Amino acid sequence: MSSHGIKDRVAIIGMGCTPFREHWDKGTDDLMIDAAKETFASAGLDKDQIDAFWFGTAQSAMSGVPMASALKIEGKPVSRVENFCATGSEALRQACYAVASGAYDTAMALGVEKVKDSGFQGLNAFPIPNDGTNRTLTAAAMFSLVLPAYAEKYGVDKDELRRTVARIASKNHHNGARNPRAMYRREMDVDAICKMGAVAGQLSVMDCAGVADGSAAAIVCRAEDAHRYTDKPLYVKALSFVAGNGSGLIDSTYDYTTFRECEAAAKDAYQQAGITDPISQLAMAEVHDCFTPTELVLMEDLGFSERGEAWKDVNAGVFDLGGQLPVNCDGGLKSFGHPVGASGLRMIFEAWLQLRHEAPEERQIKTADRGLALTHNLGGYPGEMVSFVGIYGSQLG
Amino acid sequence: MRGIISAAAYLPYWRLERSAIGAFHGGRGTGTRTVASYDEDTTTLAVEAGRLTLKAAPDAVPETLWFATSNPTYAEKTNATIIHAALRLPASTAVFDAGSAVRSGIGALRAALRSGESSVLVTAADIRTGPANSPDESAGGDAGTAVLVGDESAGPVIAEYLGGASVTREFLDRWRAPGEARTKAWEERFGETQYLELGMKAWIDALAATGIGPAPGLDGTDSPDAVDHVLIAGPHARANNGLAKKLARSASVDHTATIGNAGAAEAALQLATYLETAEPGKIVALISLADGADVLIFRVTDAITDHRPVRPVAHQLDAGNSGLPYNKFLAWRGTLVPNPPNRPEPARSSGSAAGRSIDWKYGFVGSKDRASGAVHLPPARVSFAGGHVDDMDPVPMADAKGTVQTFTIDRLAYSPSPPVIFAVVDFDSPDGSEAAGGRLPIEICDTTPDAIAVGDRVEMTFRRLNQADGISNYFWKGRPVR
Repeated sequence: MSSHGIKDRVAIIGMGCTPFREHWDKGTDDLMIDAAKETFASAGLDKDQIDAFWFGTAQSAMSGVPMASALKIEGKPVSRVENFCATGSEALRQACYAVASGAYDTAMALGVEKVKDSGFQGLNAFPIPNDGTNRTLTAAAMFSLVLPAYAEKYGVDKDELRRTVARIASKNHHNGARNPRAMYRREMDVDAICKMGAVAGQLSVMDCAGVADGSAAAIVCRAEDAHRYTDKPLYVKALSFVAGNGSGLIDSTYDYTTFRECEAAAKDAYQQAGITDPISQLAMAEVHDCFTPTELVLMEDLGFSERGEAWKDVNAGVFDLGGQLPVNCDGGLKSFGHPVGASGLRMIFEAWLQLRHEAPEERQIKTADRGLALTHNLGGYPGEMVSFVGIYGSQLG
Repeated sequence: MRGIISAAAYLPYWRLERSAIGAFHGGRGTGTRTVASYDEDTTTLAVEAGRLTLKAAPDAVPETLWFATSNPTYAEKTNATIIHAALRLPASTAVFDAGSAVRSGIGALRAALRSGESSVLVTAADIRTGPANSPDESAGGDAGTAVLVGDESAGPVIAEYLGGASVTREFLDRWRAPGEARTKAWEERFGETQYLELGMKAWIDALAATGIGPAPGLDGTDSPDAVDHVLIAGPHARANNGLAKKLARSASVDHTATIGNAGAAEAALQLATYLETAEPGKIVALISLADGADVLIFRVTDAITDHRPVRPVAHQLDAGNSGLPYNKFLAWRGTLVPNPPNRPEPARSSGSAAGRSIDWKYGFVGSKDRASGAVHLPPARVSFAGGHVDDMDPVPMADAKGTVQTFTIDRLAYSPSPPVIFAVVDFDSPDGSEAAGGRLPIEICDTTPDAIAVGDRVEMTFRRLNQADGISNYFWKGRPVR
């Protein structure tokens, strides 16, 4: 048994992404239609030329029917997928495998979430009947457990670490300010973030992803067919996924300074793609910055920093827009908010723009010619999460 | 010999300074009262007391469990079944609520003493309050009690039941419609005269029934068979004091200045307190004045010297926190309704899911993998350490202590009393060995956000997490070891 991957067998040939906003004037259908329209146009295809659809939404709809109904898809398979906050990435993953299997020539992955209709702030999971003994902690609080553990393990001053993660937020807002699709387009400096009141552990509201509605989509085909549709396809180099078994929550050896699922997913993805030194081989990475400590730990789990060193690399600007490896150059979840089903595809959309040199000049990374981009998308909490890692390249081989 | 095998009281951690009531409304107040936390109800108070009582009498298997309160969480449904589950009593134990009058506390104790069962666990608990600035708000106290009654087959009897008497008469003194917070009372003097008459009659009848003298020396002999100490419980303070005066005695236990009057649990609270420092051979009369009068007379036995209370009332009084702000007290009792956080309220817990999870949810029983020794909280069929399937033993963890590995304060999560204090706790091995006892991220109660630290020691306590659709959702939380 092993994970063989489908390197260079499938290509992304069209993408679209709505602005992520509090879309009070748009429903789930509108968002899907907007993202799909842009995506069909990008690939130069219409819906009847797509053979199968994967529809990612965590809580905004059930079954394939809402997507088929919104887009009036006729007589085609539409599968709704859900995998926590990695739902959008999971939709792409399924579409890619379907094409790689030979079952279909073309497939679409579309993710959407209409979060702002709940009437409550933040993300709120749909309650599944249970015995009432489950934790009811917020995600912010669960991820806030990382900071004291990391400070303790690596001997980093608590206040210095707090500034480090504020720097992550500041960096992502700097990038988001340069992205018209982002929800928040205001830069935030580190001092202002540190001065805000704590909502969970040491984390303030500015350490948390925003909450927004949005949709994003991709069309994939067999790699050998890609140039029929575009001169600049993105080839799928790796798709990995790990669903944690929750043992981190009950295993006393887990220390809250790493996400085992992410480390494992990264290892698998690098093996599939043949990457040995990610920080020099990758042009960029979009990672799941749901909370600032998450991004800190991910720099180590994804192999960009040595263990215990990510805080130094963050402070040194390694992951800034002009740094050695730009991370979250579109602004990340921090600037975009997190419409759960859409975020994974939104990340890939940035890779699509950057590797094709189509990002606005003020945001275009100088490392794009390395030709490889990574997206990382997680869902759940420290100790109990799912993790996706995808790698895409502008060239075959 | 039949009597009391073990007895304990549980006092909630929080105290309200009566001066805090006076400071808000204008007026004075002295001393404190105990306050059940927002996550405690009479059922959880009884569970905590029951744990203490049974820990001191580990071999007893009660044939019957009684639960008495004037403030039950459920009507229609038996509250005592929850206590039964949390104490992990066998299915063969019959359980009954006695309620919801104050007299039900002494009534359940009397029934147990007069039964022929080898042992009966009598729990009583109350949460006492009233409208803001009411006498009951100030004079009331919250407590749980548990008295294990039985014969010597169930364990050494520390206080032999000698007999007693009861007197009943219908009259209107205090009353409250179900669901209401305010207890109303008739003119105080009316109740007082009724209680004095009934109390004296029960006293004389009880002495006659037992052949015990009213007080050492008073019957003209030096007979040791005379009442050495009296305990007087009841909701009518003037009547209690008046009866003491009439008997020319002072009550041996008085928690007015520290706990307050614990309603249906008051009689057992006084008895448990008394027994913690009682001397062998002493005769004590427990008198209850509540819609009649009940007198129970006991002789403390030599076994008292070997009886070790797990957590004496005096210790619990010292370990309390009198820093509870009055506004928080009012919010916890529902007198003041603060704006809740703008988060979805919890969904009701599933009755059938809970029914499959009795040992975990109510008993805090995990499982231990036979191959790796890994403790699983909650219990699992497949081990995270090695993947063995269906190869685990149940492992009771309610009495295990643990250490805070990391913690956080959640100011966003829904809670009946935010913020949520939450910690990752590593438990000691339940069998006292060096082996790891498992880990669980759990809510920490009975503390404040500035008082928790990595390395703190915690123990488990049975609490009500929330209520939805009238369903009270019970589970365990950690609390600092004090």
